[in-house]
Amino acid sequence: MTDYAIRAEGIGKEYKIGVEVDRSPTLRDAIVRAASWPARVLRGEAGGPTEKIWALRDVSFEVRQGEVLGVIGRNGAGKSTLLKILSRVTEPSEGYAEITGRVGSLLEVGTGFHPELTGRENIFLNGAVLGMKRAEIQSKFDEIVEFAGVAKFIDTPVKRYSSGMYLRLAFSVAAHLEPEILVVDEVLAVGDAEFQRKCLGKMGEVAEAGRTVLFVSHNMSAILRLTEKAIVLDKGRMVFAAPTREAVDYYMASGFSQSGERAWSAEDVPADAAPFRPIALRVRDPRGAVIDSVRATEPLTVEIEYELTAPIQGLRLGVYLQTVHGEVVFTSFDTDTPEMFHKHGTREAGRYVSRGVIPANFLNEGQYLLGFNASVFRVKRYFHDENALAFTVDAMGAAGMQWTEVRLGPVRPALNWTIEAAG
Amino acid sequence: MQPSKGWSPLDLADLWRFRELAFFLTWRDIKVRYKQTLLGASWAVLQPLLQMFIFNFLFGSLANLPTDGIPRPIFTFAALLPWNLFSNALNEASRSLVSNRNMITKVYFPKLLIPVSAVMSGIVDFSIAFVILVGMMVAYSVKLTAAVWALPGFLLLALMAALGVGLWLAAWNLHFRDVKYLLPFLSQFWMLASPIAYPLSNIPAQWQMVYALNPMVGVVEGFRWALLGGEVFPSMAVGLSLVVSFAFLVSGLFYFRRLERTFADTV
Repeated sequence: MTDYAIRAEGIGKEYKIGVEVDRSPTLRDAIVRAASWPARVLRGEAGGPTEKIWALRDVSFEVRQGEVLGVIGRNGAGKSTLLKILSRVTEPSEGYAEITGRVGSLLEVGTGFHPELTGRENIFLNGAVLGMKRAEIQSKFDEIVEFAGVAKFIDTPVKRYSSGMYLRLAFSVAAHLEPEILVVDEVLAVGDAEFQRKCLGKMGEVAEAGRTVLFVSHNMSAILRLTEKAIVLDKGRMVFAAPTREAVDYYMASGFSQSGERAWSAEDVPADAAPFRPIALRVRDPRGAVIDSVRATEPLTVEIEYELTAPIQGLRLGVYLQTVHGEVVFTSFDTDTPEMFHKHGTREAGRYVSRGVIPANFLNEGQYLLGFNASVFRVKRYFHDENALAFTVDAMGAAGMQWTEVRLGPVRPALNWTIEAAG
Repeated sequence: MQPSKGWSPLDLADLWRFRELAFFLTWRDIKVRYKQTLLGASWAVLQPLLQMFIFNFLFGSLANLPTDGIPRPIFTFAALLPWNLFSNALNEASRSLVSNRNMITKVYFPKLLIPVSAVMSGIVDFSIAFVILVGMMVAYSVKLTAAVWALPGFLLLALMAALGVGLWLAAWNLHFRDVKYLLPFLSQFWMLASPIAYPLSNIPAQWQMVYALNPMVGVVEGFRWALLGGEVFPSMAVGLSLVVSFAFLVSGLFYFRRLERTFADTV
């Protein structure tokens, strides 16, 4: 007897993409095609021959009863396709999956919501769409409304809701679903920080209640917190399966990171960037070494190397720092200060390096992404790359590390606290 | 789950499991139908009334088509009711999959519920308009006959025909949006090919069999017979209508089921 909740064996999904190649080269082909047209219409096949791509190929894994599995991968890696197959929205083209138990799928919150209906009506409708029985919805109705915090507007059409209220209500219905297996996609990517925390809490409860959860997210910290095991998908294939921490490390290492340096060759740069040409973006430690993992207690230097083939007036080079969840931590340009701004009004043709220092005791632990931008304010953006380079901050020795709790927020400054008796 | 090929069974048990969803979807379709309109549900009355006036003018005052001795307003209105039920149901059903694409790509449920609930939601409109018809019958002092008990049967027949054709069109509409452009033309043509402005007896006898292949002929004639009373039960038309509607329904169901697994990928 198995205690597997989900067992997937060589699952693959092929999609036709509607590219018409080489239409009917000969009259004979054309006639054959015309003759078989009614049959093809009945089978629902449109137009000419189509190209096929595998969105998912040969994916096998098992999830035990009560286990929480994370699925990570970049956009287009096949995560959503996998979830769609497991939640029976679409069929696999090959392979099979065995699922033991009632599956509740949250590929999106608010599925079936109708803008003209009131909050109350939508709770019932959405609940039914998600597979809840009417009696079940009725018994949880108050809880759902309270969790969403929309009690006052419950009889207002949801089209009058703010987007935040709408999402809270939608998530709230979904969160009160009680299937044996829960399949969740990225629902946490929405809503304000407060609500996201509430959602994560709810997900944690679900997992602790011993239910099987399959969780897809871009939010690595959520994956780390909620899941025990994770699989990494890349271009439709499963490339890694391991305990979550290892899987996240693998993903981060294989993904954005280019070992502390991102270099651009001439082909990587679009033609319209001229006369600007980026050469490299680097992160250096105080000793000058190019590194992809920095310590929170040390300053780090961001270095942009570039070339100008003609002078540019008013050029500014800058970086965006983002967390892996996509929150922007800050934006900074090399001519931010008045002195720099006046001194570098026009940059002549030639090769340059702009350096900026991120102070010590500033960033929190975690993964960060550096974006890069070269522009003249309100005139032209020569070049930009939002995810140019990733690096990790290790919090060893940073402020507050005597407590093991997770510190929220992208920064972790060592503030200049004083404590004195106010007697 | 695994890839499936060819024809699939109808899986009625699955439909039954999701019966509450069917109820909610129908309820939603009814609720939102006249939202944000000035006249609200009065449209359910206004539409057939206006149609009736136009028909009376065109086919009565101008063309002077016969009505088998029934007062023309009632003759037309009694036919417009089942016709509108049918044509609304057909329209809604054909468009239903595309307008619910968001649900189709995000949750699992038997997709058959969507066109079914679209068809069912038209019953409310029908009921409202029916009250007007009863009022008109009182005004024209038309007496009810015992045959009135057959009315629900003809309604069911109209819904069956609408669902049958609607299933085909809904499934097609997912792949080929041509259906959207075909529909208005189809309903118009179909209406003229049904005995709404004129009686079945107006069709030459040797063509009546062919004519009655249109399932709405049986429905409309049967409806008039049940309500207004006629000497002869239009047995040929009703019988043919039953056979044709049933054929559409069964073939539609299987065709729909066959294409169902591709819905989420093509919508």
